Amino acid sequence: MYRAKVYVYPKEGILDPQGKAVHQILKNMGYKAVNGVRVGKFVTLELNSALTEAEAYQQMEEMCQKLLANPIIEDYRFEIEKVTEEQE
Amino acid sequence: MKSGVKFGVVVFPGSNCDYDVYDVLKRVMKQKTVFLWHKEHDLQDCDVIVLPGGFSYGDYLRTGAMARYSPIMQEVINFAKNGGIVLGICNGFQVLLETNLLPGAMLKNKTLRFICKPVYLRVENNHTLFTSCCSEGEVLKIPIAHNEGNYYLDRENLQRLEENKQVVFRYATPDGEITESANPNGSLNNIAGIINQKGNVLGLMPHPERCSEQLLGSEDGKKIFQSIVESQLS
Repeated sequence: MYRAKVYVYPKEGILDPQGKAVHQILKNMGYKAVNGVRVGKFVTLELNSALTEAEAYQQMEEMCQKLLANPIIEDYRFEIEKVTEEQE
Repeated sequence: MKSGVKFGVVVFPGSNCDYDVYDVLKRVMKQKTVFLWHKEHDLQDCDVIVLPGGFSYGDYLRTGAMARYSPIMQEVINFAKNGGIVLGICNGFQVLLETNLLPGAMLKNKTLRFICKPVYLRVENNHTLFTSCCSEGEVLKIPIAHNEGNYYLDRENLQRLEENKQVVFRYATPDGEITESANPNGSLNNIAGIINQKGNVLGLMPHPERCSEQLLGSEDGKKIFQSIVESQLS
């Protein structure tokens, strides 16, 4: 099977109230070196090994576009790795 | 001429204003009203579809993201594309954004808080079938209750939205002034409600169904339902 990791995060330039709040707290905690924080999401999926690698990439792209991310406000990237039965 | 309007209120798992709007349409507005379960495909010949407030599918992933792919929404999308009237309230508005029936997206409130309070809205466009009973510039007092009502659209499309007069409601002061302090959630241009270009799909964050009877302190919300009914009967 394939294991996919999807990272979804607010687009550059878009207000991220969560990231701003986390940034403020980190500053309060004394981490003055932090210049900015953005908070996103991390999703993992398992895909059937009947797919070719190209199909797996294509389906992941579609799923990100249609559901996992909202392209108006979010960017995404994903990684796919093939997992052998022993590793499962 | 039609004798009445048939409303369909969509029920998603997690909808929680469905009964409120059903009650207003049926008992206050005296119109035929039915519930439409999210797993169904039949819109039961309704004239108007209402997507109610709540937390469809737990608001998991993003507000409205999963409701958009429910069976009933495929029918609602076709209905809207053929000119059918669709009203989205709060979570219903968020669902309409996710379906792209309306442009834009919702971010978390700037204040990072769930906001539940009455707000003042200025009617920016009363030449719509949803606002014909209001006068232009009229100020309505209607409650909001949301965590993600911070409307976002890229600059170019926002400009187009404004030029087309698609902004129907804006957060305002009680006197109808559009100020930053009257904006509860950080919405661009104080936007509280918008309409599609064709004029048959409206989404708004405030809850008109919560203020359609004097018993509840205000009847301002009734003007929206009244406008829809009159548009269908005239």
